[in-house]
Amino acid sequence: MNILNSVRLMVSSALAALALMIAAAVVSGPVFAVEVVRVISPGGIEAWLVEEHSIPILSLKAVFRDGAVLDPPGREGRAYMASGLLDEGGGAYDSQAFQGRLEDLAIHLSFDAGFDSFSVSLKTLSEYRDEAFEMLRLGLIEPRFDTEPVERIRAQIRVQLVRGAENPDRIASRTWYENAFPGHPYGRPVMGTEETLAALTVDDLRRFVAEQLALDRLVIGVVGDITPARLSTLLDSTFGSLPATGIARDTPYTAPQAKGRTVIIEREIPQSIVLFGHAGLKRDDPDFYAASVMNYILGGSGFTARPTDEIRVKRGLAYGVYSYLSPMDYAALFMGRVATENGSVAESLDIIRTEFARMRDFGVSEQELTDAKTYLTGSYPLRLDSNAKIARLLVGIQLEDLGIDYIDRRNEYIEAVSLDDISRVARRLLAPEDLEVVVVGKPENLEATN
Amino acid sequence: MLIRLFALAALFAVITASAPASAGVFNPVTFMLDNGMQVVVVTNKRAPVVVHMVWYKVGSADDPAGRSGIAHFLEHLMFKGTPTVPDGEFSKIVARNGGNQNAFTNRDYTGYFQKIAKDRLELVMGLEADRMVNLVLDDAVVMSERKVILEERRSRTDNNPSALWSEQLSAARYLAHPYRIPVIGWAHEIAGLKTEDILAFYRRYYAPDNAVLVVAGDITAEELRPMASRTYGAVPAAGIAARMRPQEPPHRAARRVELRDERVRQAEWSRTHLAPSYNAGDSEHAYALQVLADLLGGGSTSRLYRSLVIDQKVAVSAGAWYGATNLYLSQFGLYGTPAPGVDLGQLEAAVEAEVAALLTEGVSDDEVARVTARMVRGAIYARESLGTAARIFGAALTSGITVADVEAWPDRIAAVTAAEVMAAARAVLKPETSVTGLLLPAEGN
Repeated sequence: MNILNSVRLMVSSALAALALMIAAAVVSGPVFAVEVVRVISPGGIEAWLVEEHSIPILSLKAVFRDGAVLDPPGREGRAYMASGLLDEGGGAYDSQAFQGRLEDLAIHLSFDAGFDSFSVSLKTLSEYRDEAFEMLRLGLIEPRFDTEPVERIRAQIRVQLVRGAENPDRIASRTWYENAFPGHPYGRPVMGTEETLAALTVDDLRRFVAEQLALDRLVIGVVGDITPARLSTLLDSTFGSLPATGIARDTPYTAPQAKGRTVIIEREIPQSIVLFGHAGLKRDDPDFYAASVMNYILGGSGFTARPTDEIRVKRGLAYGVYSYLSPMDYAALFMGRVATENGSVAESLDIIRTEFARMRDFGVSEQELTDAKTYLTGSYPLRLDSNAKIARLLVGIQLEDLGIDYIDRRNEYIEAVSLDDISRVARRLLAPEDLEVVVVGKPENLEATN
Repeated sequence: MLIRLFALAALFAVITASAPASAGVFNPVTFMLDNGMQVVVVTNKRAPVVVHMVWYKVGSADDPAGRSGIAHFLEHLMFKGTPTVPDGEFSKIVARNGGNQNAFTNRDYTGYFQKIAKDRLELVMGLEADRMVNLVLDDAVVMSERKVILEERRSRTDNNPSALWSEQLSAARYLAHPYRIPVIGWAHEIAGLKTEDILAFYRRYYAPDNAVLVVAGDITAEELRPMASRTYGAVPAAGIAARMRPQEPPHRAARRVELRDERVRQAEWSRTHLAPSYNAGDSEHAYALQVLADLLGGGSTSRLYRSLVIDQKVAVSAGAWYGATNLYLSQFGLYGTPAPGVDLGQLEAAVEAEVAALLTEGVSDDEVARVTARMVRGAIYARESLGTAARIFGAALTSGITVADVEAWPDRIAAVTAAEVMAAARAVLKPETSVTGLLLPAEGN
């Protein structure tokens, strides 16, 4: 139900002091009291809770570490297919009965699989809280995998794969990861291929449930109208019969193969999609916050980002260009994307490489650093305006082991970043000559490397 | 940035309510400034944060003939500066104050918003009031941004056969009304837009008496009123006239739109019928049509999904949708993605059989009661985030819907009967008002 938003990317090089804008100096940011409570059930299941009783609803996010990385070879797409089927029948409820009950009680239950995680999202009215947790339990513990929904979901994923094969962004992403991670699970498709999808059986899906939905890899965040005592009881009744351990989490940590290659996938489209990237920083790297601040200035959320200024504002070459840190569990990436008409791809890439080099060699100004910090610290609480968002954050904090006081401390980490930190991390991180580039389209004046 | 019709339809359908019925949904306070600017305040003290939005009662359907894309172009250019806030500074000031911001254009409205700490609210109100009338544009800025917009069009539409198909379907949907023209504009018309076109449009439509201010969050009407008076209240009214747009003649012929594109691998089918909205046509059917859309094709227990996807297996997905918030006539839609090996003709026949069964056999009171109960029940989630309330009121008040209508939504949905659903279905699901769309791979593929 989201309105389709794209962040407006607007920049100016003008730096006039304005009479009207006295308030624009330094921001303390709103004081935002988020009290996180650690709830541990009698059965030993832990969840982090933020109580919010103003509206009689709650959101739960639960994540099992490791998703598609553990798909067995030849069974790519196993976790993804399971994610489509855990809400398609459980216990005594067949698919129609299960979905009908969720709809009638306005319970939103969904599952999702990525490389590093298998996640559960639950949203319910307080009135049907017990029913909602019971439906979640049935999905996780007693999934039915009846033939009809299994074949239906298989057909739906097949359509997604077919559509993906015509989608320039999907083609670019798939190609980039294949090239960067040969022989590693990150080089394989989360959704599988038409061949592996056809090969997946109900036994495979049951094996997924038994092997990967285990307590030793589960983290839970809950936000909303529930007390710690009540949640504690529900944790045991919902998750208590999951196995204590699952299969070994043995995916090797790796570095992406980033050697400065340019790959062109020819497609008859007027605008090329360009994905570029190289190695990044782990989430627990001491320089991670400095890198985040640097990225905001280099290519982050928009209006102060330098390539946006050069590419969009000064030259009108693209609607959007951005970069981001992507610290995955088994590799760290620094990635970016631009979409521009075929005739402007080469020029845009030149500008991006130049901006990488400029940042690496000269860092940022005091003013840029100050502006980045006031934005990053001031806007942080704005992210915490719904139960679901806070629940997601609680899970993320646990997955990255950032500490239960992270929401309170996060802005201190940003404030502590110095100009020297930015210079150091820019030199460490940015390597324009290494950028792996995938272009999908018909770029002009651009040579592919083999 | 654009809002798609469909997204908004879903937004309004899903969101506008709360349980228990009769308690009101968001319980807003509204007032009017002396210059005619309408103000809506939704107080929510959960966090010291506000969402501040200004909605103008002008959208792409108000673009002058032959110059499509102006409303959206102007939305981009609104960030380009005034005598006191130079080019680009608007965004920087909001960012330095820890705020997020965005803007959007639809066929009936254009909106600008910031999400920011409560103590920065008057700052952004001042900025927004300033650019309501003081925008400065020159050719260099406009011509550079025109290239950006053509890139945006390539991203959203030209690169994507499914989006091109939607665009052609809309053009066939309306015979005369400018809803037929894409929000972003036709590429050849965008390419010809001039600075003076944009400025004329801006001067004609951007004024306090053509705008709605919506603020949601940690603020009361008593706190907001003096701030609104100091900022927006200082902008004089312009005496904006009501919007005049060409109206539809009777639709007499079913239309078919087939788009073939070599980039397409997966065929798609859709059909829309011209339909009333809350504000136009036989609007007494609007609530029943929302119930009908849900019952016929709202989820995986709906009639279309059950019949086509689960029982007959001719489709991998199928459903129905309806947008009630248009200022002018809306549409009621049916869609399906065929299962492997099924052609679009078979899928179409199966959809038509399901619709025919509904029209001849009717719907039961129980079926309607089940659907209305869950629509009302689920609507409480709309209160969870600040932005949702603000978006609902902004869209409503720029589309001919009142605050009271929004607040009464659960009661009106709950009151819909099986007879009303059938009356609405018979009024709308007529062949001669239909546009059927087929998206197919290129011939020979």
